[in-house]
Amino acid sequence: MFNSKDILETIQMIDRQHLDIRTVTMGISLRDCADSDMQKSCRKIYDKITRCAESLVKVVDGIQMEYGIPIVNKRIAVTPMALVAEASQTEDYVPFAKAMDDAASACGVDFIGGYTALVQKGCTHGDRKLIASLPEALAETELVCASVNVASTRAGINMDAVADMGSAVKKIAERTESAGCSGCARFVVFANAVDDNPFMAGAFHGVGEPECVINVGVSGPGVVHHALQGIKGAPFDVVAETVKKTAFRITRMGQLVAQQASQRLNVPFGIVDLSLAPTPAVGDSVARILEEMGLEVCGTHGTTAALALLNDAVKKGGVMASSHVGGLSGAFIPVSEDEGMIHAAMQGVLSLDKLEAMTCVCSVGLDMIAVPGDTPAETIAAIIADEAAIGVVNNKTTAVRIIPAVGKKFGDTVEFGGLLGTAPVIAVHPWSSAEFIARGGRIPAPLHSLKN
Amino acid sequence: MNAVVTVAGRDRIGIIGGVCTRLAELGINILDIRQTVMQEYFTMMMIVDLSGAKSSYEEISCALGQYGEAGGLSIRIQRTDIFDAMHQV
Repeated sequence: MFNSKDILETIQMIDRQHLDIRTVTMGISLRDCADSDMQKSCRKIYDKITRCAESLVKVVDGIQMEYGIPIVNKRIAVTPMALVAEASQTEDYVPFAKAMDDAASACGVDFIGGYTALVQKGCTHGDRKLIASLPEALAETELVCASVNVASTRAGINMDAVADMGSAVKKIAERTESAGCSGCARFVVFANAVDDNPFMAGAFHGVGEPECVINVGVSGPGVVHHALQGIKGAPFDVVAETVKKTAFRITRMGQLVAQQASQRLNVPFGIVDLSLAPTPAVGDSVARILEEMGLEVCGTHGTTAALALLNDAVKKGGVMASSHVGGLSGAFIPVSEDEGMIHAAMQGVLSLDKLEAMTCVCSVGLDMIAVPGDTPAETIAAIIADEAAIGVVNNKTTAVRIIPAVGKKFGDTVEFGGLLGTAPVIAVHPWSSAEFIARGGRIPAPLHSLKN
Repeated sequence: MNAVVTVAGRDRIGIIGGVCTRLAELGINILDIRQTVMQEYFTMMMIVDLSGAKSSYEEISCALGQYGEAGGLSIRIQRTDIFDAMHQV
């Protein structure tokens, strides 16, 4: 019953290998908050969020204390705001973002996601208003995270929306320049966005979700790295087995926390997101795991294969440890938030092209990447289009969270601080994509037979 | 409810006696103890039963933490479920 080796191992994982629960995210439906009067709608939004999430932070802090597991973030995800705001007769959606921000602040959570529009096939009037309000909404709030889904495997890619996203990203960077362009860190463009993602900036409470739900995102790159340090030189079969076993343990902890949070808050348990989410701390890096497999620097030849193995083994190990798995599940590769990725990008080994290749085999996509401030909106739109194409054709979620760092050029760095870290400015190709983006329209959904 | 208490720090006379007395004062029953000293470093693990405890879990956790700090020890208490979840299928 009492195995001191197991107890010590768990304590070492927490103390020395940065094992933590990355987030407990409460999803809240705001579908009943629509109102033709914008102020009434904002009041309903504030009241519902603060009512549902009133004790979220207190309960999660209690679980952290009882189990001795750090739970880094408490977050809220709400129904895509374009759906809720659309009933209101107003041109300006910023008050909705402010209502979310005020509610999040009153609940004491770290972030609130769901300032979102789903436009993979086309925009409604509400979607257009929300997209137009993005720069102002992100500049005027601190805790609000925004996302737009521009493509899906069933609908194809909405290239008009992609073009709008290029300009939106540029404007957000300009509006939040004094804060290190940090508005861009709270904005993500998706293909195949998922309804139950607990991670920011892309969390929202999908339309098929229940009234209120608890989703949990685990972490633990440091634990996987440590496990691989014990099997130097072993063949990949052994590497995969080791990652699977480690992921199983990490996920079991996530499942336990999710069940406890669900019981104590009397809110149904949704999913555990099996993710290796890095932080800028030394010893908590996904890049260092790939290097541990035998690569001199992350980004060199072999990186994509190493990441493919890691991503698959994490899912295989985690899936048996939880009753419901969902979200983005896999390894994250946010450049600024990963000490090893920052190092590799500063050495010039990790390029935008290699990162794009890596996103074909990992969860999510081009994440927390700083590019020169003078990068044209069309080039950013084209980067988004490339990433969306990878997601649409491969039937997976992909995303772009990119920061055109105003006034910075290739080789400079941008400091975000905290979990968002430091981003070295990465080079983009100087050749224009403007005429490609100017075409607009939709790229049709891909064929899913005759696979090659 | 059962919990695991872990105590670590530089070895000296009276660590076990002191910690056990503090636990008794808090109304906590010790079910199992394992202890070792490696290179002057003391490590002890106990399984304890909190059903007769006089205080809340939070108060117990704070009391043990403060007692540890005063004596140069790291003392933590964690519910046993976490170890069962992570190490047993």
